[in-house]
Amino acid sequence: MREVAIIGVKNTLFGEQWDRSFRDLVVEAGVGAVEDAGVAGERIDSMFVGNMSGGQFVEQEHIGALIADYSGLAKNLHVPSTRVEAACASGGLALRQAFYSVASGMDDIVIAAGVEKMTDVPSSKASSALAAAADREWEGIMGATFPGLYAMIARMHMHKYGTTSEQLAQVAVKNHYNGQFNPIAQYRNTITVDAVLSSIMVADPLRIFDCSPITDGASAVILAPADVAHEYTDTPIYIKASGQASDTIALHDRRDITTLDASVVAGRRAYEMAGLGPKDIDLVEVHDCFTIAEICAIEDLGFVKKGEGGKATQQGETAIGGRIPVNTSGGLKACGHPVGATGIKQAVEIVQQLRGEAGKRQVDGAEVGMTHNVGGSGATAVVHIFSRNR
Amino acid sequence: MSVPRFWRKQIARYNLVGTYCKTCNEYFYPPRNVCPTCRRDGQIGEHKFNGNGELVTYTVIHTAAEGFEGQTPYVLGIVQLEEGPRLTSQIVGDPKEMHIGMKVRPVFRRLGQSGERGMIYYGTKFVPA
Ligand SMILES: [Zn+2]
Repeated sequence: MREVAIIGVKNTLFGEQWDRSFRDLVVEAGVGAVEDAGVAGERIDSMFVGNMSGGQFVEQEHIGALIADYSGLAKNLHVPSTRVEAACASGGLALRQAFYSVASGMDDIVIAAGVEKMTDVPSSKASSALAAAADREWEGIMGATFPGLYAMIARMHMHKYGTTSEQLAQVAVKNHYNGQFNPIAQYRNTITVDAVLSSIMVADPLRIFDCSPITDGASAVILAPADVAHEYTDTPIYIKASGQASDTIALHDRRDITTLDASVVAGRRAYEMAGLGPKDIDLVEVHDCFTIAEICAIEDLGFVKKGEGGKATQQGETAIGGRIPVNTSGGLKACGHPVGATGIKQAVEIVQQLRGEAGKRQVDGAEVGMTHNVGGSGATAVVHIFSRNR
Repeated sequence: MSVPRFWRKQIARYNLVGTYCKTCNEYFYPPRNVCPTCRRDGQIGEHKFNGNGELVTYTVIHTAAEGFEGQTPYVLGIVQLEEGPRLTSQIVGDPKEMHIGMKVRPVFRRLGQSGERGMIYYGTKFVPA
């Protein structure tokens, strides 16, 4: 297997973008990443596009071809383009497919992109589209919502480990604090614990400020074999590992409601592949679709002991400057969560951090970073490890 | 959800009929065609649950799923049946009286309706025992 590097990255703005279409967004991200890498279109061997629900959000399927076409890669070049879907983990999984294709030697220059246009439909329709990532026949039909499923995880976490609503709120406060320094973030305002605790209840104990928003956005990265990466950039970032795991689609079938076993196993596979452990990671972008999700993630990936995620957050261990900075981008909470794009956006953030280009949210001396992308309530998890050094 | 899609699982929903693997003695609700532990070695048969169980965790939903708007706030929970399997269901009763570990029993209730004039779905909810 060949070593693989990222040689170009680009995020669009994240937010409510009524003046821009699905294809506007993804073309901006794709072209931006190609320009960042300084690579000619003829050199591109293939592309993988993470998209959860184009069919429901913009009534468009056949996303892979559409994007190749509007990126100018279809007409004369006929670049193969594949859509990858794993709910909110679609982006992370697109990156993994791109990684495979370069590592295997089949392709050299590959684009991994992710996109979602969520605000063209009313929020009730958006919620219903998102609910398709859970078990429609045995969760959805009973009136389950995504906040509801994560609320049941939160309730159990509080019951078992004494995690508090204040600790959940601290996750949102920290991620908004980081998000103010991210020029693409949907929310660049800081919030307080009191503001979270007095926001409206969505699914007890989760309030609206415990939830990531509905967002439009796209992200793209360009991959190349590590051996030639320096021909394109002075700061290639190496993909040291890729891990993926599946679990039951329904939350009720999990071994432990408070542990996402898919995260644990995807993390373990990535650590083994990289020959690294949690202590070697300088910063991590985790899937904080809800505040409780970040607490579970840092536990499941081994950064804190099971049950201590809330306490660690409260004590500032996950802040920039803390022991293990988590979600320097602002996370899904402040940056926004265009579901198919999120996994790629996480990779863009880590690349910018490892290049030393993260501005006011820069983690000093960051050399090794991780991304963690989850589909549904944990039926898919994808973990990548990146390094500044080969 | 379409009529045939609901109809296919009607017996399971109305009567809490799931499955049982004779090879590893594990019970499944919702029903499964393949035992997740024994896979093809599992011998799967039907099992009717009496429905007595315990509340594992729950939430009170204030922002409803599509089609459930008229029901808020409603309690959604994960129930563990005596034989072991867990399922997601609404718990009928005062949200303030819910607690983890609470004993529950099944009741036959209206689950919802597809659109204003669509089919009405029935199935099993739970109440404090
Ligand atoms: Zn079995």
